[in-house]
Amino acid sequence: MIRALPYIGGSYIGLVLLFLYLPVIVMCVMAFNQSELYALPITWSTKWFAALWNNERLIRASTNSLWLALANTSVATTIGTLAAMGLARNDFPGKSILRGLLLPPMAVPWLILGTSMLVMFFWLGLGRGLHTLLLGHVALSLPYVMIVVGARLAGHGVQLEEAAATLGAGAWMTFRRVTFPQIAPGIIAAALFAFAISLDQFVVSYFLASPGFQTLPVEIYTAIRKGFTPEINAIATILILISSALFLLVARFYRFGGER
Amino acid sequence: MTAVEAEHVSKRYGTVVALDDVSMAFADGEMFCLLGPSGSGKTTLLRAIAGFVIPDSGSIRIAGERVDDVPVNKRDIGMVFQNYALFPHMTVRDNIAFGVEAKGGSRAEADRKVAEMLELVQLPGYGARKPRELSGGQQQRVALARALVTRPKVLLLDEPLGALDRRLRQVMQVELRQIQRSVGITAIFVTHDQEEALTLSDRIAILDKGRIVQVGAPQDVYERPATGFAAQFLGDANILAGKPDGQGVTLTDGIRITCAGATARVAVRPEKIIVAADGDKLSGELINRLAGTIVQAVYSGNSVTYHIACPSAGPETLLAFVQNRSGELLAPKTPVTLAWAASQTIPLQD
Repeated sequence: MIRALPYIGGSYIGLVLLFLYLPVIVMCVMAFNQSELYALPITWSTKWFAALWNNERLIRASTNSLWLALANTSVATTIGTLAAMGLARNDFPGKSILRGLLLPPMAVPWLILGTSMLVMFFWLGLGRGLHTLLLGHVALSLPYVMIVVGARLAGHGVQLEEAAATLGAGAWMTFRRVTFPQIAPGIIAAALFAFAISLDQFVVSYFLASPGFQTLPVEIYTAIRKGFTPEINAIATILILISSALFLLVARFYRFGGER
Repeated sequence: MTAVEAEHVSKRYGTVVALDDVSMAFADGEMFCLLGPSGSGKTTLLRAIAGFVIPDSGSIRIAGERVDDVPVNKRDIGMVFQNYALFPHMTVRDNIAFGVEAKGGSRAEADRKVAEMLELVQLPGYGARKPRELSGGQQQRVALARALVTRPKVLLLDEPLGALDRRLRQVMQVELRQIQRSVGITAIFVTHDQEEALTLSDRIAILDKGRIVQVGAPQDVYERPATGFAAQFLGDANILAGKPDGQGVTLTDGIRITCAGATARVAVRPEKIIVAADGDKLSGELINRLAGTIVQAVYSGNSVTYHIACPSAGPETLLAFVQNRSGELLAPKTPVTLAWAASQTIPLQD
């Protein structure tokens, strides 16, 4: 009985993972099914992927999403890393309050954040479009970046930076030669988070995208409302592949799930 | 000539006074030890010299110049940290070259100085290794080489040998001392290890609660502690209290302890006391005598520590260290006489 325990545990985890992955697997398989009506048995085909390349709206939305995600990643990672360093390496009044204020935005539903951003941008006269999307995505990503980079900074302490200072290094040399190499894995993990948050973002994007600038998730939603075609399965499969690959990378750099 | 000077330096953290009006001059080329328990202010003083702690008041001078407004990286200091703080992602060579490059030195200059330093700390050929591939003692030497490579005006060491085991610590003490002498640099180091302070330093300052209690050569500080704290922190001491009259102290039960310049409290080191059982002859020079009984004998091979109850000295037991010549211990409850010379009796200022 005791010897069987690991197998029971393994099967249990297998079932949990199956529960997580089954819808995704069904969708990916259907992306390769020739029938538009999901008829079984499956006739393998890549026609929906081919059709995708002719769907200009989906292609444009994908490019938009990719550029937006890249811009968001560079802006949010840079600002967030600097802010995390300021928070980790300085003492000032109200520091713990500021640090605590990082958490609530992550708990507020995106629907509410999206609505409030829309209201604010209209009030400010900024309207909707790429610029507001970028602002919104950066705001969503910053807490994650600051927490991930901040954790890495806290884990390293100030002693190496102090050592660099005693050796005559100024702030920039210390950052470039000592701090950055130490926290680089955290920065990369944070950048991947920011990228994924932007690429997968639907709720906030839905409020902030303009008719002239749609992101992929918003475009998919619009397409589904008009009528579901397996092209959506195809683009979703591609998206899932990109997102999964990113998160596996994060896991590798940030060592989620233990040291392996 | 003074290498470093602290003038009326004070520092508080909230209600805690870390440094309380500390003034201290560190002479050129000396190995100076800041000794004290944790919270005594020794590390704060070291970090104030380095520039990591900005004093609330007072001033620090390095080579005669005020550095109160000079940031750490412009102070021209070298520092060895408790856990070495070697850059883990750099090779030994890059660790040592860092200071040369920070000061704008060329690659060739860095290479030459790194080789020189590795020679000095007896690690030639180790340049390509990463710190994690080195033993604790080797990391310690690299940290020292890195701190010395820019020929700083002063070398600061924060518990430099604290992370090493006892045997290696003794080896490194000797080596650290040799290197410091051969380079001729002023070194200030912080420790709570009294043996390290006594073996390594030219001078020791004992700190307590943010104040300097006593400064002097190891022998002076040990043989003539100024206060009860100094006597008991650096080594062990038996303290006797009574009525002073300049030539001695009269204990509560009328027993007189002779001591030149006696104050209300006098101290005697446990190893200065002769423990005599009945019938043992005592030299007349050992003028101070107390009757007592053995409470406990702690055997440690080459010596024996006796805890002795002496009614005249008060409720606390007295300590006596005895060389283990006979191989036999005095049993508990044995009546003994403690005897020591007047010259070994130290008047305390508190």
